[in-house]
Amino acid sequence: MTAPRPTARTARRGAPGGARRLTYLTLLAVAFFSAVPLYYSVVVASRDNAALAEVPPPLLPGGNFFANVARVFDTVPFALALANSVLVSGTIALAVMFFSTLAGFAFAKLRFRGRNALLLLTVATMMVPTQLGIIPLYMLMVKLEWTGTMYALIVPALVNAFGVFFMTQYLSRALPTELLEAGRVDGCTTWGLFWHVVLPVARPAAAVLGMLTFMSAWNDYFWPLVVLTPENPTVQVALSTLAAGYVNDYVLGLAGTALGTLPLVIVFGLLGKQIIGGIMQGAVKG
Amino acid sequence: MATRAPDRPAAVASGEPVRPRRRLRRHLVHQLDVKGSPYAYVAPFFLLFSAFGLFPLAYTAWVSLHEWTLLADEHPFVGLDNFRTLLADDYFWNAAFNTLSIGVLSTAPQLLLAIWLAHLLNRPLRAQTFFRVTLLLPNVTSVVAVVVIFSQLFGRDFGMINWMLSWFGVGGVAWNEGVASSHAAISIMIMWRWTGYNALIFLAAMQAVPRELYEAATIDGAGSMTQLRRITIPMIKPTIVFVVITSTIGAMQVLAEPLLFGSYSPTGGVDRQYQTLALFIYENFVKLDFGYASAISWMMFVFIVVVAGVNYLLTRRTKGGLV
Repeated sequence: MTAPRPTARTARRGAPGGARRLTYLTLLAVAFFSAVPLYYSVVVASRDNAALAEVPPPLLPGGNFFANVARVFDTVPFALALANSVLVSGTIALAVMFFSTLAGFAFAKLRFRGRNALLLLTVATMMVPTQLGIIPLYMLMVKLEWTGTMYALIVPALVNAFGVFFMTQYLSRALPTELLEAGRVDGCTTWGLFWHVVLPVARPAAAVLGMLTFMSAWNDYFWPLVVLTPENPTVQVALSTLAAGYVNDYVLGLAGTALGTLPLVIVFGLLGKQIIGGIMQGAVKG
Repeated sequence: MATRAPDRPAAVASGEPVRPRRRLRRHLVHQLDVKGSPYAYVAPFFLLFSAFGLFPLAYTAWVSLHEWTLLADEHPFVGLDNFRTLLADDYFWNAAFNTLSIGVLSTAPQLLLAIWLAHLLNRPLRAQTFFRVTLLLPNVTSVVAVVVIFSQLFGRDFGMINWMLSWFGVGGVAWNEGVASSHAAISIMIMWRWTGYNALIFLAAMQAVPRELYEAATIDGAGSMTQLRRITIPMIKPTIVFVVITSTIGAMQVLAEPLLFGSYSPTGGVDRQYQTLALFIYENFVKLDFGYASAISWMMFVFIVVVAGVNYLLTRRTKGGLV
């Protein structure tokens, strides 16, 4: 309702053939530059260090990938790192989706005293640089005896201002107030409205938020580096251990990078389609 | 139902079939639900933020007023001494300059490109999904991966970028040695990772713009760029302001890129040519000089508020010029 699906006819009428070709060329170039560094890292990761000195650089993958991967598993506890990263990122993504939709619903559609002030406060908290509090936060984790554990990563990240604001923005546009009023007339409690009316409408945006949260939790680097130990790492901490110990061993570093990035790329390749499709479908239904 | 018995005569007397006490209770529960639920729904964020955002913030201020090293048992109060030292510290001003330089170099082109890409994608195209997925691909890659990969690409002797530059007669650039070249290299890493992400945020906002506006504009003969300037940008203004502010804040806190680009040295290059403010904090954190690191943190906070505030005003102002 708020964003009708673009119809093919209007745009074709709007854009002449030459401009459309330029659009495709531009997008193809962007796709190329997005993929090339990742592709090249796989090329290097599947060769040996001697290949790096070749001019011109090798453009096709070699046969050493699995040997290099085995070296990664020998050097750092990579299986444990993968398990930790899945646990941490999955929990955070689900929690952020839930709490952000809940708060976004309240800010977008419920009336309460101090609503605007609280929303402004939420947005203002995004101004707080994370590095600012890292020293006391570390002291706090020591007090809670959470250093070296996944609690130190999960608990502070269960909900964030970006998620709340993102869902507020989406719901204030996509959630028809009449739908809520109809629910009220039918005798729904606020929780009932959230469960039966808000969640179905919020799903596409929540899915995007969940995906973005999962990715940023998976790729979070600085705080895990500070609070975890190399013995019980996440993927990023394991990767930095790998690269820090072997500054000149680019092949080992890039094999680890490829290994740490590929699961996310695969999941994203599979789910990204549905999620991006979901934005459009949801927009039509909403 | 003995307890309800006294109600009955009253109900009968007033001729009301509904029992008033139960109705009152239901009314109270309803009122509690309507008035209380919103606060309960926004509470998780504020509780979590107080514990893990606000408390550390306040405590940083306290620590910054002390000579606080982890090695010493005593933390004497020194007032504003840390801040006085800081303002006279050339390394601090160097870091502030580097942060601003990398921030401008990475953010400004990135956002323009993101809006343009979102505009290109906000129309029916073949292989839409493919383009959207590839656009987000760099953001799926972690900072560690990006810097490891790009450090290789930017390598002086065997890097692919220098190899390509050699076609145009440009000889072996030592990317991480100069101020300008290292800032450019780091900005390219940041841009590569974030342009697609911001384009997706812009695209989500663009999809909420009523399609009829474009149809009307098309009938009036407005071209694609005119539609972008006259319809899309004014309509997604709140999102643009939001993205500009969050990108600015992110750019002011850049840490991982210069740290990893400099082979894990917190000085950001031999001559500190790309040490950012966040990296300067980290350098003192690693030295266990918590008091000084906290003072830098607070200065950085002020810095961020000023830069973000200026950007907010600038973005708001552009409205007049564009509409």
